[in-house]
This record gives sequence, structure tokens and C-alpha cells, in this order.
Amino acid sequence: MTELAANDPLPKPKRDLAPILIPIALALAMIPLIGSTSSWVTLTVASLAMGMMIFIMASGLTLVFGLMDVLNFGHGAFIAVGAYIGTLILLPFAAAMQTDSLLINLAALAPAVLLSMAVSGALGLVVERVLILPVYGQHLKQILMTTGGLIVAEQTLYAIWGPAIIPLPLPASLRGSVILGDVAIAKYRLLAMLVGLIVFVAIQLVLNRTKLGLLIRAGVENREMVEALGYRIRRLFLGVFMTGSALAGLGGVMWALYREQVHASMSDDLTVLIFIVVIIGGLGSIGGCFIGAILVAMVANYGGFLLPKLALVSNILLMVAIPMWRPRGLYAVTSR
Amino acid sequence: MMLLSGDPPRSRVLTIVLLVIILALAATPFIFPGAKAMNVAAKICIFAALVASYDLLLGYTGTVSFAHTMFYGIGSYAIAIALYAMGPNWGAVATGIVIGLPLAALLALAIGLFSLRVAAIFFAMITLAVASAFQVLASQMSWLTGGEDGRSFQLPDLLRPGTVLIPKSLMGFEFNGRTLTFYLVFVASSLMILGLLRVVNSPFGRVLQAIRENRFRAEALGFRTVFHLTYANCLAALVAASAGILNALWLRYAGPDTSLSFSIMLDILLMVVIGGMGTIYGAIIGAAIFILAQNYLQSLMGVASKAATEAGLPLLPGLLHPDRWLLWLGLLFIASVYFFPTGVVGRLRNVGAGKPSGSAH
Repeated sequence: MTELAANDPLPKPKRDLAPILIPIALALAMIPLIGSTSSWVTLTVASLAMGMMIFIMASGLTLVFGLMDVLNFGHGAFIAVGAYIGTLILLPFAAAMQTDSLLINLAALAPAVLLSMAVSGALGLVVERVLILPVYGQHLKQILMTTGGLIVAEQTLYAIWGPAIIPLPLPASLRGSVILGDVAIAKYRLLAMLVGLIVFVAIQLVLNRTKLGLLIRAGVENREMVEALGYRIRRLFLGVFMTGSALAGLGGVMWALYREQVHASMSDDLTVLIFIVVIIGGLGSIGGCFIGAILVAMVANYGGFLLPKLALVSNILLMVAIPMWRPRGLYAVTSR
Repeated sequence: MMLLSGDPPRSRVLTIVLLVIILALAATPFIFPGAKAMNVAAKICIFAALVASYDLLLGYTGTVSFAHTMFYGIGSYAIAIALYAMGPNWGAVATGIVIGLPLAALLALAIGLFSLRVAAIFFAMITLAVASAFQVLASQMSWLTGGEDGRSFQLPDLLRPGTVLIPKSLMGFEFNGRTLTFYLVFVASSLMILGLLRVVNSPFGRVLQAIRENRFRAEALGFRTVFHLTYANCLAALVAASAGILNALWLRYAGPDTSLSFSIMLDILLMVVIGGMGTIYGAIIGAAIFILAQNYLQSLMGVASKAATEAGLPLLPGLLHPDRWLLWLGLLFIASVYFFPTGVVGRLRNVGAGKPSGSAH
């Protein structure tokens, strides 16, 4: 390493582009395999939309993981709670959802999403205080406590809403597809991609451009040092945890609309996907989480098209392959 | 003492409770007539062995695995498929065992070796993902596993309810093939639990505990922790698969809901924690409490729910509905992690030793 003169600018950290290239290479490699360009575009858009929704749900988990070393196995509960709270507004205002005007549709959608985020965020506060606070630094107990919390949350949802699957139709103006040439792209997927991108950019901006983000990133690197500098990392963490659960709630509503149904155990399969994303992305890495989510979605969508049987275990293959290449995930942030 | 590997219950109350459970289980066919009581007793035996094998991982090595039902399912499906395909004969039983057990051990070895590549806390997540993939695989390969319907099969003649071994006129009760199957389950489960007790009280078991307390220190002492953890993983998988075999033999059926589902995994976790982690005896108590609650608490809740409905209370009927019994066990689970981290067994041992609670280990 060369010595730096006093006035030289600090060297920029080297950009690690290899992980970004994987999904791009994967998508390009699929063109000849799939054959038809229009189905390739449809599949790619579907992957991106699904990936962004998974990213929204997983982003909070990876930050909590990286920052406070807390294993939250109950993250899926926030997703289900978010989806159910969404129905509280979306079902009574079904008329507003079924009119053809985008404006009226969004006027019903926006309060539903905001309420879901508020409720799941508040639930995050309760969970952190009641379940996680007593078991800091004890992984085993964290897993047990949060798993217990997941059971209680799921059963409470059943007790309140009953065990039946609740249908949740998409608003009229978001149904159907946009036709570009001979390619049909579902409107809702475009919206999901847009929201996912906004969340990603917002998190990146907060993390990289604000003092709050600086503290969070520093906390991920070395918690004791940040505490020694006089910052209350406890509160910071509580904020991150609540944001993460609110985002899970948002993801829950979006996923429920995507599937057009709500169910108390809808989060079970999602939880597995989210954990895979967090593992292959690298603990506490938002960028890794984003790429991981898109990879998981791509493997599911392309795999489902090419080899439907194999697609069911494709995520496992991904989870074997990536840690073989990079044992601590695509972007290793923490030393854990 | 030899039989218990020098690890007695170490508490008078605990000894009495264990004796009562074991004697009640052993005498179930005689003192509690009826199919339901025998079903409950067999389930307690099977789950006691399964939970004890999980305790070898969770309680003695401190690793959380969510793939334990996968091994349980492998055992169940192996014997079910063999008996389904080859007909009800002993050759099929042997085939199921010979294929099922090594398969479980191999898979455990693979997971163990692979999980060493990544950080330790990932183990729980990796096993979660592997187990869910296996579950999907089992329901998709319906030509082999029967899909969601599972596989029903016939048992060899000797184990059928119709086979009367000792007629009622001779002893006052009938000892038939079903009773024999029950004792097969009882004896096999007891042997597995005694075997596990032997394992955890051997030098190998001590190393596992050392790894649980401080993995780096154990490594620094020269123990190959990777080897020990993988070995423990394989042993636990073998016992779990054996329990799965017993379960399938008892039910004459193997399907995703009875042997693979995630809810069984949660049940096992609940039983280990309620009984007491790191004590093989806890498995017996945890399984007994949980399965008795599962089978008898529900009818109690039904009565309470009805009363609440008649009283016109809001929400309470829903919360007390018999299907919501898991909600209350979940709350009990959280409370027991919080207030009784050593479970029933640790608590009783502390009371016996005159120590305050929470100071075990």
C-alpha cells in the first residue's frame, strides 16, 4: 500500500461488481434457452417484480441481523399482520377498488398500505421490547423466543379472522397488462418494481448520505465503538427494527395483492425465501440483499418455466452455490 | 445406575414423576382400555425418543436445527414405501430400515459438512431451507410418496389387531397384535432414550457440552469440533429416523402432515424447551405434558369456548376455540424460555438441591 500525502483525497473503496454481474449474466444466458423474446421479457419482469417485493420484506431483517446480531425467526409474522391489516381498509372499500379510476384506486390503496406499515411497525416495537430485549446476545434464546412469537401471532390471526383464505382482488386499474409490441407486462408488476426501487434507493440514500446511516453502518461494523463514542445504539436499533417490521408489513400487503389472497400462514414459504436472501446477500448488506432477492426470484421464475419440477428446490441449489463462492454472502459486511 | 449411565434424575420429585410416567405408559394397555389412550401413550413414547434426539443437538451442542422432522420423515416414508411396495412382510420392514437409516445419516453428514462452510448461526436457516425443500420434494414426487395423501399400508400379520396372541378368557384382557406393536414402540423408544443417555454421559457427550459452552476454547483444547458436531448431527438423525419408523408402524401410514410438517418441528421445539434443554429426561416430561395437553386440553378448551360464547363475550370464544390451543402453548413456550430457562427438569432439580431457580448449567 502506498503512503498518502496529507492533502490527497481518501482512497475510494473499490467497487465490487462481480455480484451485480451474476443476475445480469443469468438473465442474458436465459435468452437462447427460453427462445421467444416476448416470454423472456415477461419472465424477467416477473422476476424483477417478485425480487423487489422479497427485497422489501427482507431488507429489515438483514439490517437487524447485521446491526444487532439478532436472529428474528418471527419476521414472517409482520408480513402476515401487514396483509391482514391491509384487508381492514381494502375490503370495506371494495367499491372504490373496483372503479376504473386510478386515482380513486390509489386513494383506497394508500391508507391501507400506511395503516399496515404503522401497525406492523408498532408490533415491531412491542416484539423488540417484550421478546428480544431479555435475550440479547443469546442466539439460541432469540430463535426460541421469536419462534414462539411467530406461533402466537399466527394463532391470534386465526382467532380473529378465522382460518379461511380471504380473497383480495387487485384494484381495477392495476389489473391486466401493458402491451408493448408483442410483449405483455402485468401492470401490477410494474408498480411492484417501482415501489421496490423507491425503497431500495431510499434505504441506500439514508444509509450512505445521512448521519443516521453513518451511525447504522458504523454499528454494523463495530457496535462497541459506536457506543463508546456516546451514541445510544439501543435506540438506533429499535428504530431499525421498527422500520424493518413496517417494511415487512408493506411487503405483506403487496404480496397479498400480488397473490390476490390473504392467509395467516402465507408467510411460512416467504420466510424461507427471505432467509435464503439474507444468507446469500451477506448479513447486514442492503446491496447484497437486493441482488440476492432478484437472484432468488429469477431462479424461481426461469426455473419454473424451463424445468418446473426442479424449480421447487432451485433455491437450495442457489444457497449451496453462493456460499461455496463467498462463504459470508455476496457482500460481506460483518465479520460474523 | 449402569442402565442410566450414571446420570440419575437427581431429584426426588423428578424421579417420582418419571416413574409415574413410565409405569403409566408401560401399563397403558391394561389400565386405560380404549384406542385413544393407547394412541396417546404410543405417541408419547415416540415423541420422547424424537425429542431426546433433538435435545442432543439443541441442549447438548447448542445448535438449532429445523431439519429434524426431515429425518423423522425419512424414517417414516422409508418403511411406509417399502411396506406399500413389497407387501406386508418382514422383508419389507427390514428393507425400510436398511434404506431409511443410512439415508438419514448420509443426509445429516452432508448438511453437517456443508454447514461448516458458513458461519454457525446460519445453520438454523440452512436447515430450515433444506427441510422446506425436502417437504416440497416429498409432496411433488407423488408416484413414490403418495403426495399430499401419503402412503397407507398393511403391517405384517403378527402386528395386526386381528392377531390374538393371548385371548381375553385367559388373562382378563386381550393381548393382540396391536398390543404387541405398542410394546414394540415402548421398548424401542426406551432403548433409544437409554442409548442417548449413554451418549451424552460419555466423554464424547462432555466434548459436546464443552463445544456448547465455548466452541473456540474446545477447539483450542485440541478437539476437532467440526467432527464432533457432525457426528452428533448424524446420531440425532439416526434416532429421529428410527422414531419415524416407529411412528409409521404405529399409524400404518406416512404422510406430510404426520411426519414432515413444520408444525411438528415446532412441537418438538416446544417439548424440548418445556421439558428442559440439556437433560435427556426433559424429553420424556416435555413429550408427556405436550401430548397430553394436545389430546385433552382441546376438549377442555371446547367447553370453555362454549361457555364464553353463551356468556356473549367478544373475541374470547375465538381465542378459546379448541383449534387455537397452540396459541396458549406458544405463550407457555415464551414464558418458559423467559422464566424457566432450564425447563421442568432443571426446575425440579434446583428445588431438590435447594438452589434458586435459573442457576442451573
